[in-house]
Amino acid sequence: MSLMRRASLAALLALALGGIGRVQAAEPLKVGFVYVGPIGDYGYSYQHDQGRLAVEKAFGDKVKTTYVENVPEGADAERVIRELAATGHKLIFSTSFGFMNATAKVAKQYPDVKFEHATGYQRGPNLATYMARFYESRFPAGIAAGRLTKTHKLGYIAPFPIPEMVRSINAFALAARSVDPQAEVRVVWVNSWYDPGKEREAAEALIAQGVDVVAQQSDSAAPVQAAERAGVWAIGQASDMTRFGPRAQLTSCMEIWSGYYIDRVRAVLDGTWKPDDTWEGFNKDMVRLAPFNPAIPPAVKAEAEKAEAEIRAKTRHPFAGPIKDRSGKVRVPAGQTLSDAELLKMNWFVEGVVGSLPK
Amino acid sequence: MRLEARLEPSRAMMVAAPLLAVAATLAAGGLLFAALGFDPLAALFTFFVSPLGDLTGVSEWLLKATPLALIAIGLALGFRGNVWNIGAEGQLTMGAVAAGGTALALYEASGFWVLPLVLTAGVLGGAAYAALPAVLRTRFHANEILTSLMLNYVAILVLAWLVHGPWRSPEGYNFPETRMFTDAALLPALIEGTRLHVGALFVPVVALVVWAVLSRSFLGFQIKVIGLTPAAGSYAGFSPNRVIWFSLLVGGGLAGLAGAMEVCGPIGQLVPSVSPGYGYTAIIAAFLGRSHPLGIVLAALLLALTYLGGDAAQIALAVPLAVIQVFQGMILFFLLAADVLIRYRVRFSARVQTGGTR
Repeated sequence: MSLMRRASLAALLALALGGIGRVQAAEPLKVGFVYVGPIGDYGYSYQHDQGRLAVEKAFGDKVKTTYVENVPEGADAERVIRELAATGHKLIFSTSFGFMNATAKVAKQYPDVKFEHATGYQRGPNLATYMARFYESRFPAGIAAGRLTKTHKLGYIAPFPIPEMVRSINAFALAARSVDPQAEVRVVWVNSWYDPGKEREAAEALIAQGVDVVAQQSDSAAPVQAAERAGVWAIGQASDMTRFGPRAQLTSCMEIWSGYYIDRVRAVLDGTWKPDDTWEGFNKDMVRLAPFNPAIPPAVKAEAEKAEAEIRAKTRHPFAGPIKDRSGKVRVPAGQTLSDAELLKMNWFVEGVVGSLPK
Repeated sequence: MRLEARLEPSRAMMVAAPLLAVAATLAAGGLLFAALGFDPLAALFTFFVSPLGDLTGVSEWLLKATPLALIAIGLALGFRGNVWNIGAEGQLTMGAVAAGGTALALYEASGFWVLPLVLTAGVLGGAAYAALPAVLRTRFHANEILTSLMLNYVAILVLAWLVHGPWRSPEGYNFPETRMFTDAALLPALIEGTRLHVGALFVPVVALVVWAVLSRSFLGFQIKVIGLTPAAGSYAGFSPNRVIWFSLLVGGGLAGLAGAMEVCGPIGQLVPSVSPGYGYTAIIAAFLGRSHPLGIVLAALLLALTYLGGDAAQIALAVPLAVIQVFQGMILFFLLAADVLIRYRVRFSARVQTGGTR
């Protein structure tokens, strides 16, 4: 009898202690990330994962993060996003344009979960959007490329002809032609976010055409490696790709998500999260240039860095007129700049860009 | 140790081989997970059991298996007759394009007839695209493995051109996507509240019909004879061209149907990538299912489960995708390796037996 009592007392005690324990250690906030590429791409998805790791470091055991990599854009994304929502993730970042409709659908089904979709345009009461002004970093990179090219031919390897790419290519071309009016930018679409084989072939084809600076917005380091072998310049993408082409990499257009992710997680923890639409660049450190190659002339470096500082300070806009399109028509008169709304759906190339663009 | 051909396939091994493969997969997979510091039992449970823990999970499983099964059944028909259609990915894409184009053309229309029309367009689109390798093979003796494979890339570029260009949504900020299809062109849910749509019902029907054709019809007999010994087929007066045409058109049509059901089902619009490689995975499903409709349905379910399990393992246990892919590869490896035991037996004698030629 007394044994029974003791046992039940112990059970009661355990229950009480367990209860106290639960109150003391608040449930960590579960944050989910959905990546379109493998985290080992050293490009876009890698940089998002660096952001995730920064969140873990900043908040310690107050958060628990999860990621799913290489998620195809299509029917599968919705399943993965819903699975994250169903397993207690209260903040979910879906990091590719192709996840937009899936994210919006799941967001409606889980009103108490906060969703953030990168590079899209659908928003809702619990669905925010975020994007970096990638084109800003392309501008100083374009100035350096224009100064360094001897053949006046610059290459640009890009995934898909979407406004985000068109903007960046245009900013790069405008910058290059501002210092070398003869420069042309040859665009190759690889129709994939990440495909080292195709990206390398594209780089080799461009180099064979006489291109001596290869820029890229696809996510593997293959173009930088190809440039290194061929002895031409390369402009890396998303992360600092120096290790893949120490002689070739002129600079890299880095994408930095750590600060943004930390801010958003803090907002959820503080209860101040709102479904904002974020689109920032140098000013909020969402884009950054990797250190310039020490082999370039100091004057070139200084000129590019000056452009960067001006864009950061908003005293210079990459899309300040006059800007002509490829037919020679003035699209932006002198004294005007393109608005964000126009930039968001940009589907025309500026003068000096060579390559196809769907109508 | 060496392999010795059996006089006839072992019936016992036909049952034992898959069980052996499962046991070997569990053991080797457990070792793999344990070696990388994951709890092996938890990992295997997460992989194979947890995805099917609720109705949503089961519905997602069937949804994922549907296109795989449909395509693989169509491909198997050809594989039986020595017609190697590697172009299901392209036929799926063209089916999606044809269905999507029809859905967009009927954007203003509503009525029960819209969806059947859209799906039929998908079937015809896939079949028409498979007719290209059929013509090339029967008229010009061009190997269909190469032509059908090459046409995959063409189809994907056609889709990309359409969604980036003429069919781009006017409300989509110039992003590559069409409008969302209207409800009249979307497949209704089979289970309310899930993504599983009525298209899944095509699988048992198609499996049954193809099984009947293969085992009960004269055409099925011709396919088998030509597949086993083309010479015997032609002595008997069977037309190899007829088998080529039939299997490519049916295979293409089923792939086209699968594509139509993806865009009229879970996706709901045309986007640059409508398939995560179903056309290729279906080839594995066809082999795994030994080109038998029932076997293929089981194989498609298994493959679908490995995808869901892969997601679950990433989410619940933070297992990296690379490890998951190794594990998925192991499953296929053991299944195919165990199949060898049906036709061969292992002999452990060191001495090489001399004798007549086999």
